[in-house]
Amino acid sequence: MKKIILVLLLTTIAMLSTGLTLASGGGYPKSPANVDVTDMASLQRGAKVFTDYCLSCHSAKFVRFNRVATDLGMTESEVMDNLNHLGVKFGSTMTAAITEDYAKEAFGAFPPDLSLVARSRGVDWLYTYLISFYADPTKTTGHNNAIFKDVGMPNIFWKQEGVKKAVYEEHDGEKVFVGVEVVEKGTMAPEEFDTMIRDLVSFLSYIGEPNQTYRKSLGIYVLVFLFIFFGIAYAMKKDYWKDVH
Amino acid sequence: MEQKSKGIMGWVDERYPATVTWEKHLAKYYTPKNFNFWYFFGSLAFMVLVIQILSGVFLTMFYKPDTALAFQSVEMGIMRDVEWGWLIRYFHSTGASAFFIVVYLHMFRALLYGSYKKPRELIWIFGMLIFLALMAEGFMGYLLPWGQMSFWGAQVIINLVSAIPFVGEDLSIWVRGDFVIGDATLNRFFSLHVAAIPLILIGLIFAHIVALHQVGSNNPDGVEIKKNKDENGIPKDGIPFHPYYSVKDIVGVVVFLMFFSIVVFFMPEMFGYFLEHANFEPANPLKTPEHIAPVWYFTPYYSVLRAVPSIAGSAFPGVIAMGAAIVVLFFLPWLDRNPVKSIRYRAGWYKILVAIFVVAFIVLGVLGTLAPTDGRTLLAQICTAYYFAFFLLMPIYTKLEKNKPVPERVTMK
Repeated sequence: MKKIILVLLLTTIAMLSTGLTLASGGGYPKSPANVDVTDMASLQRGAKVFTDYCLSCHSAKFVRFNRVATDLGMTESEVMDNLNHLGVKFGSTMTAAITEDYAKEAFGAFPPDLSLVARSRGVDWLYTYLISFYADPTKTTGHNNAIFKDVGMPNIFWKQEGVKKAVYEEHDGEKVFVGVEVVEKGTMAPEEFDTMIRDLVSFLSYIGEPNQTYRKSLGIYVLVFLFIFFGIAYAMKKDYWKDVH
Repeated sequence: MEQKSKGIMGWVDERYPATVTWEKHLAKYYTPKNFNFWYFFGSLAFMVLVIQILSGVFLTMFYKPDTALAFQSVEMGIMRDVEWGWLIRYFHSTGASAFFIVVYLHMFRALLYGSYKKPRELIWIFGMLIFLALMAEGFMGYLLPWGQMSFWGAQVIINLVSAIPFVGEDLSIWVRGDFVIGDATLNRFFSLHVAAIPLILIGLIFAHIVALHQVGSNNPDGVEIKKNKDENGIPKDGIPFHPYYSVKDIVGVVVFLMFFSIVVFFMPEMFGYFLEHANFEPANPLKTPEHIAPVWYFTPYYSVLRAVPSIAGSAFPGVIAMGAAIVVLFFLPWLDRNPVKSIRYRAGWYKILVAIFVVAFIVLGVLGTLAPTDGRTLLAQICTAYYFAFFLLMPIYTKLEKNKPVPERVTMK
């Protein structure tokens, strides 16, 4: 019986791992975002980038300014002066500066709300997306994206990042897209730009689930409690069962 | 106990069978002393039910069953603004998957030790009805957050109804309450999820336990302990459920809660299996997701559905196969003709058949989460054929088994 269970477990693990590999295959490769949502300085910088750039067109309608202040260790005036460009109330949520009608006219679609984008897309996808714009004169925005083909969003960081072009390789006579490379330098050094994007993705991860850091820290206490409880429960069971043979 | 019942308990007992019930179902309910690991999952299923009801009560206080408000009431209200709302929601979402994990293991235990065999056929039937009610509960609850997968998953499943010839179209409109999944659908699913099906579940669980206590529990040896009683009429291999199994089950509960907490606190999405990534986007009837898969606990049956080719453009044969895959389980007590209950004393090759069945079931489950390709469809077809052959050929092959001798008394392995 034990042997059968062991064989079952091993077969199942093998099956599942093949299943998962099959599921994750395909598409442009994602680069790891390596974000740290406990790094307050990074989150604060990310919040600034987010409100300066993203909030022009995107909303984060589930995110309240006062909550961001509390979680990121910022004062009310810091948030109201630096992040709240529309001058809404401190307890209000993050709305886009652009109107829905204008956005539809300009981009053909309303830019999606970003409150949960880190949870639906994943941080690695977001990081890769933000660094994978490349010049494409056939597009009305002048740019295309390697991981999100024909995206409607313009490359808003082109000044900082510089201009990139697509790199193709020949495979069996077919042109295959392999990646992007910088052809014109931007105003930021590559490392500086990379840090800015990671800060931004880190902030997006935080707004996706503001409780995530607290959740994990609480989980440790819960497990410690259960571990002690297990000791007591097991000792009790042993004691009650000592006369059962 | 009997002396005490002269006082307050005596007063109560004259008016209500408190002591009698306590003794019949706990303090003097004699349970085989040789329960192993597999026997934790019954009490665990009951505990998950309690977790789901308690967390569900609080979620219902803040959830809004309205297509315009549902997503926000979950993702902003419960997950951000409500104190501890995120924790209660993760209890409920993890609890849903945990429910199916423990119920699948509980059912597998019955398969291993023949717990469905005479005289326990009704326990099995009630259990199967619980399983059906649980699937309905899970399916309807999944629509409520009104995310992309909620909407499109429900779309796929309700469209199966319309595959039924002649009445399908009208029937699917009746189920939805509309021509498309909309507010009417969300409201009725909410009502069924929080009121009707939980009531049915509780009623069925009551019947399941009453039937169990009527005949007594089976055990890993498949020996009837009631056949060996001492001079007081107490089974020699029996021990009172309380305190022996109540203290043992507490250990099981704590270990279960450790695994449960690891998911709730450290990986509530469980890599997109418990909370799917696409469900963090609000439902959009105009945007079909690239890949629609039901939640993991339905995927074995979803694979069966896809494995059966459609006839004349109708998916009806697949729907029949999916239904049959569940209906066949109801007949298990009569399909298995071997009088020996426990797998310990059955033929070696039967153990192998069960092992292959488990692998086939898990493979079907994994395939159900993936987009179909020709190779995967073929694999799903092989596993589906095995699934049905395992049950439908049972009346023949279980009669050919060469059993090992079954002991008179239970063993403490």
